[in-house]
Amino acid sequence: MTDSINTVQPLLQLQDVSISPKTSPSRLLVNNVSFTLEAGKTTCVVGESGSGKSLTALSIMGLLSQQLQLTSGKVLFNDKESGVQDIALLSDKALQKIRGAKIAMIFQEPMTSLNPVLTVGYQIGESLTMHLGLKGEVLKAKIATLLEMVGIPSNRAGSYPDELSGGQRQRVMIAMSIACEPRLLIADEPTTALDVTVQAQILKLLDELKTRMNMGMLFITHDFGVVADIADNVVVMFRGEIVEAGSKEQVLSNPQHPYTKALLACVPDAEGKKDLKPIDYAWLSDNKTLSAGT
Amino acid sequence: MNEYILEANHLTKTYTQRSGRFGFAKSQVKALNDVSIKLRTGKTLAVVGESGSGKSTLARCLLQLQSIDSGEVIFSGKDLGKLNAESLRSVRKDLQMVFQDPFASLNPRMRVGDLVGEGLLIHGLGSAAERQTKVIAMLNRVGLTEADMQKYPHEFSGGQRQRIGIARALVLEPKVVVCDEPVSALDVSIQAQILLLLKELQQEMALSYIFISHDLRVVRHIADDIVVMHQGCVVEQGEVADIYERPRHVYTQNLLAAIPGKKIVNG
Repeated sequence: MTDSINTVQPLLQLQDVSISPKTSPSRLLVNNVSFTLEAGKTTCVVGESGSGKSLTALSIMGLLSQQLQLTSGKVLFNDKESGVQDIALLSDKALQKIRGAKIAMIFQEPMTSLNPVLTVGYQIGESLTMHLGLKGEVLKAKIATLLEMVGIPSNRAGSYPDELSGGQRQRVMIAMSIACEPRLLIADEPTTALDVTVQAQILKLLDELKTRMNMGMLFITHDFGVVADIADNVVVMFRGEIVEAGSKEQVLSNPQHPYTKALLACVPDAEGKKDLKPIDYAWLSDNKTLSAGT
Repeated sequence: MNEYILEANHLTKTYTQRSGRFGFAKSQVKALNDVSIKLRTGKTLAVVGESGSGKSTLARCLLQLQSIDSGEVIFSGKDLGKLNAESLRSVRKDLQMVFQDPFASLNPRMRVGDLVGEGLLIHGLGSAAERQTKVIAMLNRVGLTEADMQKYPHEFSGGQRQRIGIARALVLEPKVVVCDEPVSALDVSIQAQILLLLKELQQEMALSYIFISHDLRVVRHIADDIVVMHQGCVVEQGEVADIYERPRHVYTQNLLAAIPGKKIVNG
């Protein structure tokens, strides 16, 4: 809880965040990761599986598994009421007040992250009751508004998750996450399990909501196509480290780091003009000292 | 040689679904509705569509892994639906399949050498020593080593398991390989490796592929012809370059418009 309200401060700032297993603190799964995110902007974290992109996201929410720990670093979150604070230092109880209310998260699998025995309306209402104390008719009306915001007819509030399609379930997840109008939305591969047309709809919805509510969005993905559609800034991670960061235009059209170049060369294009080139990991390990760009 | 190695004419397949309260009512779902496709010899035919469009049902029906209600599947002049179990088994050697999930499609209790050699054993091809030589050659070809024969599937990464799946299908030297979403569970870098491997093997072994996918960027890369499916029907088919440039059906246009990141022209 450092300085008070500071408008110049970005919404979220990660400073030298490192994550390791508790049993072997020297084995860094995420190594000195720093980046900033402004309100109303989207930062995409890109990388292969095992690059540490999901761990980074989970550490912001304080949701790392029991076996892992934040070895070093600060997670500075700029909140209107309490100013800039390092949320990595907060107790679980204090974090509860932030999770869902000020920072919300959407997961990859809408099938497994919804409770099958509760109606979707109830599940959306949970955080409204918990954080804002809404009840009765007010709560009902708010749930209906939220459902319509994400493009589901409000009479579906009484439906159970299995009565909805994959895309609709992800829309419910989005409604849950934006219920308390969070300042920061973390989306961990929210469209990976969806069909391509549904994916396009969900990306559009997220982008609209982000603008309308002036949220900051941290979007985890491995798909450069999605990055090109939704990002303002891009952070590329490789083996726990950030190898390149910059604006979308910079990273996609003028990548500096050999890993970013190699990763982009793996992405098939819709025109089919490009020859695919798999990543030569041995070569990359030899050239790891190359500058990491901006 | 025939221009078409595999043809399916007017396939229909209907599933009965329990519906209504407590599942007492029944409703019919048309998974395939008068589907006809032709696979050119030595080429790749992509089948695209969203989940529920019937593309996986089509794959299973082509290989007679599932019975069809009506229609015929012609492979090198034979109607597969009319063959008895024994002759079907001998034809299966030429029709192989690579599955989507490299984690679920390999028996976790079998060693890789046995997994890859199983087909040879079933079809009684060669002596034990000959089979072993073939398995080693195939493993080397897909980028694995002889030492890997003794390992179990869980010791491998997703990309390597998919290589095992490919070796398992190709060790029989089939003519047609049905690939059901072979790269959709893989990272983009691994995906590129596997796609290139499939392309090289097609050249070397004169394979014809049926490539089931929902990723139109991947399809653009690997396929020569394309079939677009929607709710059990073929809505459009033709050459890939042609369809991507001039999609005629609204559904195809929507699919193409939904490809993420068309702004990346060259990365």
